[in-house]
Amino acid sequence: MISRLYVTQKGEDSRNRLFLKSWNTLGLKGKVSKVFLVDSYLFDSSFSQPELIKTAEALTNPILEKFSIDKLPDGLKFSYIIEIGFLPGVTDNIAHTAHETISDLLHLNEENKFEVYTSKVFLISGTVKLDDVKKIAGTLYNPLIERANIFSLKEIKSQNNLPLQIPKVVLLDKKPVICVSLSVPDSELTKIGKDGILGEDGICRGPLALDLESMKAIQAYFNKLGRDPRDIELEALAQTWSEHCKHTIFAGPIDDIKDGLYKTYIKGATNKIRAQKGNSDFCVSVFSDNSGGIIFDDDYLVTHKVETHNSPSALDPFGGAITGIVGVNRDTIGFGLGAKPVANLYGFCFGNPEDNRALYKDKNLTHKMLSPKRIMAGVIKGVNVGGNCSGIPTVSGFVKYDDRFRGKPLVFVGTVGIIPKKINGKLSHEKQAQLGDYIVVVGGRVGADGIHGATFSSVVMDSTSPATAVQIGDPITQKKLSDAIVKEARKMDLYNSLTDNGAGGISCSIAEMAKECGGAKVMLEKVPLKYPGLSPWQIWISESQERMTLAIPKKKWEVFKKLMESRGVEATIVGEFTDSGKCIVDFNGKEIMNISMDFLHDGLPQKHLKSSTLEILTNPPLNKSKAKGEINFTKTLEKMLADKNLSGFSFISNQYDYEVQAGSVLKPISGRGRINTDAQVFRPVLSSKKGVALSFALYPSYSELSPYDMAGCAIDTAIRNAICAGAKLSHLAILDNFCWCSSYEKERLAQLIKSLQACYDYSVGFGTPFISGKDSMFNDFKGYDAKGNPVAISIPPTLLISAIGVVPDIYKTVSPEFKNFGDIIYLLGETLDEFGGSEFSKIIGDIHLPLKGTPQEGNNSSVPKVNLEKNLKTYGIVEQAISNELISSAISVGSGGLAIALSKASVGGMLGCNLSLRGFASQSTETILFSESQGRIVVTVAKENVKKFEKLAKEIVCNKLGVVTKDGKFTITDAKNKKVVDTTVKKLSVAYHSFSNKMK
Amino acid sequence: MSSKKTPKKIKINKPKVMILSGYGLNCEEETKFAFERAGGIGEIVHINDLIAKPKMLGEFQILAFPGGFSYGDDTGSGKAYANKLKNHLGKEINEFLSRDTLAIGICNGFQIMTNLGILPGALTHNKNAQYIDRWVDLAIPSSPAKGRVGRGFSPWLVGIKKISLPIAHGEGRYLIDSKKYKEMLKKKEIAFTYTKGDICKFQNLEANPNGANYDIAGILGYNGRVLGMMPHPERAQFFHHSPLWQLKKKDPFDRFDKLTASKQRARKDEGEGLILFKNAINYFRK
Repeated sequence: MISRLYVTQKGEDSRNRLFLKSWNTLGLKGKVSKVFLVDSYLFDSSFSQPELIKTAEALTNPILEKFSIDKLPDGLKFSYIIEIGFLPGVTDNIAHTAHETISDLLHLNEENKFEVYTSKVFLISGTVKLDDVKKIAGTLYNPLIERANIFSLKEIKSQNNLPLQIPKVVLLDKKPVICVSLSVPDSELTKIGKDGILGEDGICRGPLALDLESMKAIQAYFNKLGRDPRDIELEALAQTWSEHCKHTIFAGPIDDIKDGLYKTYIKGATNKIRAQKGNSDFCVSVFSDNSGGIIFDDDYLVTHKVETHNSPSALDPFGGAITGIVGVNRDTIGFGLGAKPVANLYGFCFGNPEDNRALYKDKNLTHKMLSPKRIMAGVIKGVNVGGNCSGIPTVSGFVKYDDRFRGKPLVFVGTVGIIPKKINGKLSHEKQAQLGDYIVVVGGRVGADGIHGATFSSVVMDSTSPATAVQIGDPITQKKLSDAIVKEARKMDLYNSLTDNGAGGISCSIAEMAKECGGAKVMLEKVPLKYPGLSPWQIWISESQERMTLAIPKKKWEVFKKLMESRGVEATIVGEFTDSGKCIVDFNGKEIMNISMDFLHDGLPQKHLKSSTLEILTNPPLNKSKAKGEINFTKTLEKMLADKNLSGFSFISNQYDYEVQAGSVLKPISGRGRINTDAQVFRPVLSSKKGVALSFALYPSYSELSPYDMAGCAIDTAIRNAICAGAKLSHLAILDNFCWCSSYEKERLAQLIKSLQACYDYSVGFGTPFISGKDSMFNDFKGYDAKGNPVAISIPPTLLISAIGVVPDIYKTVSPEFKNFGDIIYLLGETLDEFGGSEFSKIIGDIHLPLKGTPQEGNNSSVPKVNLEKNLKTYGIVEQAISNELISSAISVGSGGLAIALSKASVGGMLGCNLSLRGFASQSTETILFSESQGRIVVTVAKENVKKFEKLAKEIVCNKLGVVTKDGKFTITDAKNKKVVDTTVKKLSVAYHSFSNKMK
Repeated sequence: MSSKKTPKKIKINKPKVMILSGYGLNCEEETKFAFERAGGIGEIVHINDLIAKPKMLGEFQILAFPGGFSYGDDTGSGKAYANKLKNHLGKEINEFLSRDTLAIGICNGFQIMTNLGILPGALTHNKNAQYIDRWVDLAIPSSPAKGRVGRGFSPWLVGIKKISLPIAHGEGRYLIDSKKYKEMLKKKEIAFTYTKGDICKFQNLEANPNGANYDIAGILGYNGRVLGMMPHPERAQFFHHSPLWQLKKKDPFDRFDKLTASKQRARKDEGEGLILFKNAINYFRK
């Protein structure tokens, strides 16, 4: 029997006001005057009436809410109803919790089956007509995962209840396994590789993303075996060989770089640094595990990993972002024997939120792309729910905007973990599945969600992008799993190895772990499913979330199982690790997959990629003749500070919990004026006074001009930001995240090589090893505009550098804002005429980077270059000054240049300053104020420390700029003593917060 | 319920604190750390372990419902966890509270307490319908003049006249009807109200972050032995937690080697929030 429960707020519901406000900005023909949000629960059960009422009472807080069963709540007027629910099979977390509550309440066990489905019901009144209501509904749901039902008053008046239809998954009976003949012409092979295996229904199952060469290798392998591959075998190879998992572009030979880019430039740099450091090498586990691990102190390791979740976030921003953050948490839990997540970080690159151009994935204009604003809101919320619900502080983050992120947003998510060096006497970063260990899957169940995620993110997004690649995260299921593993099972020594189920699901995690002992045999029918009817190949590659795979010695299984049961975590044996050299999968006793480990992992034919010589695009040099007479520096500064790429983003930071776990030292928001910090410090082990510093940097606007310097600047800035907060260069590691576009184009490869060369040069130069990295190489969109004209948008090549360092004493941490009036302000480092790709050149007008630029003559000298030798000296001095407690504040000069850094420090302290550019007679004012030269830091020093500080800074370029004032005036005079900037900290504060306030 | 008489006191030097965990509660470790810094013996107990051995509660003097996101706030914050407690441990919790014990609910723990009916009122969505992380200033309306401990004054609040703590919640707006409020006021059951103090002045923030009725941030029951509060004292247990610490660490008298109170506190690594935990431990020592 199906019945429906409505739970209604008694008093004013603050959410309703927000809906009303946003709907009335949609340009409706009518006006919405009132909205009520009602929670609906559909029960498919055999509950008696008293049981239903008992259930309803448990789901209602009598002070806040009232309920009604099978009739709409009394007394609420409406003209239309919109019901938003999930599509069949999509994770419904609230239903999951309700199910658990009811089972517990009514003492139901496995045999008393019942189902719960939730939806949100909006009761709308006003002068709106059906068209308007449809428009409103369009803002409330994503058709890939949700459904919207609209009812008029007339339609439901007689029943006074919404229809009792449940979104149950019904999968048709299919042949469990089909064989795929590869004895076909090459054209057919190509087609199978691109569109996927032809299903029984005559529809292709979605991209395998295997090119002809790979398909031929598979053909040859199975020819040798004398049989056709089964669908699950092809799908498994496609997952394991995907660009997403194998990183072929980074791994394979390119031009004359035989060992490939990754080995030569990234791992090569790390190896060299480690050798140079000798005994002071702090790397412990790099590139081999789910995260990179370095020494924290004598007792602990600290781990770090940054992921991207771009493609899923473009389709379903909320689902993509939440599975991204919760997924990268598992890279921490999956480090060594299981590290505890202690900090999350995020980085977003969005299109312009005011961009309302309609873009479509198909020529018939039926698949509309979500707007940048919608993507932004969804992504921000996804990280909010994922991070906050998991009890992991979101300590670090950034947001950037560029029209070129309109086709695909970039969503970076990262997690830092902590783990004792030794657990039960064993080194915690080492793990090995043993022969005979059970293969155990713990956590969530498997559904059709997240199928082809790995292969999908390896191709360009267009109308064939699979909807099943979208998933919704369930952070609480994962929290239970994480606590049970990291806080309990680890200590009890109950498993030999574990890893995360991410891309490719168990097909990848089991195959990876099988390497540790030489083989695996799986009984696929044992995998717990969300609903019946999934084909074996789907079970094998599904990326359903919140699952980990463990290797458990047989004799420890009972204890492990009992522990998991008592923590509400499902654990199931799905097979055994073997030494057969094969990955074998059975389904109900019948072998359906048998591939040698060698072929599975190393059978992918190596591609020899070729790049071109690089034609550099050039920003026209800054038109100074025009600039000189016309630029009003005060207005320009205020305008720049209000620009979304330079201004504050507290509207994001403040909705993320950055203080849980009680370790916050330097928060994402700092000072009286609440500025966003460029580096953050926290205390991962409460009994230790050591801290961890995090920072990041990226310069996508430099990449078309000089990819080498783009990468150099990102590394230099990330390091500089961390140094300013109190990190030590000698204990600082970095991570790389390459997000590239159309990566098979020779020019893009050439840019990639240049940037990797810089990665090598500067990481070795600074002695900061890479410890982990990830790439996402196809961030391109191909579609159509509203008129059906083809549109192609590629992101600018983007390299995110994240830094992680250890702070010896958290009480010496320095924050960026001005502290006390009377403190002296210094600029450390050299300023050159470097405006290429700068924020200033974007702001002062006619200089724009083209969406896809055409190569131009000219030089690229104006992109900032990193001077290793000088910067190393500067950072060393700052480290020492911080260690001696001589500095009151330190802020890194980055995008926007010196004037922006000074403004931020001033707004942060809500203190003015009186500055003079006397020391820079040989340079133009705009160069001093807005050039983005690297290696520069603004520090303030209390009067009593001036002598000591100046003595220390003798060896480096150090210019005294002026003094912090209490009058709230912000003034700068040029070399000739002419006032060039004359404003107040209040005005700057308004500008700095204006974008964020608008986005609230 | 709150009119129940407080039973006779027993002296214990190291009181035992049970901190509940499971199903998405997530502040248990730092809450335990705070109680142990204050001198107690903390033990994190998973709700299912307590359900399996409910008698265990008898060995403890303090019960803490820590912050977190039990059941992801699904079906309403605190509701599902409270239902589970009600279904299995209603009797034991009542017994525990009828002894000379203390209990605290922080953030999600407070939401669980109101859903359980241990404390009156309810907590719902913030007025801006968004999750907020920031610091607040709190006044203690029932604080006796001159800081002396009055009769029936909550053991949790001894010696606190004002305090600044962080909040991080989406559903922290406390609702109570006016009649009940007056009653609570009279019985000195309002623990904390949001007020404009150091932090609000410093960062130019509004006093009441979520629209709570009568600016209520925390309440008391059982003669002050039970405290429910939205702000997180465990996240203010270190000196470096305060948004003001960077300013306070600079001590103008440092040159003369004199230590101001804040400098001393910095040396000891203690933040204001620790006072609550110390008060709870001291209650059993005196």
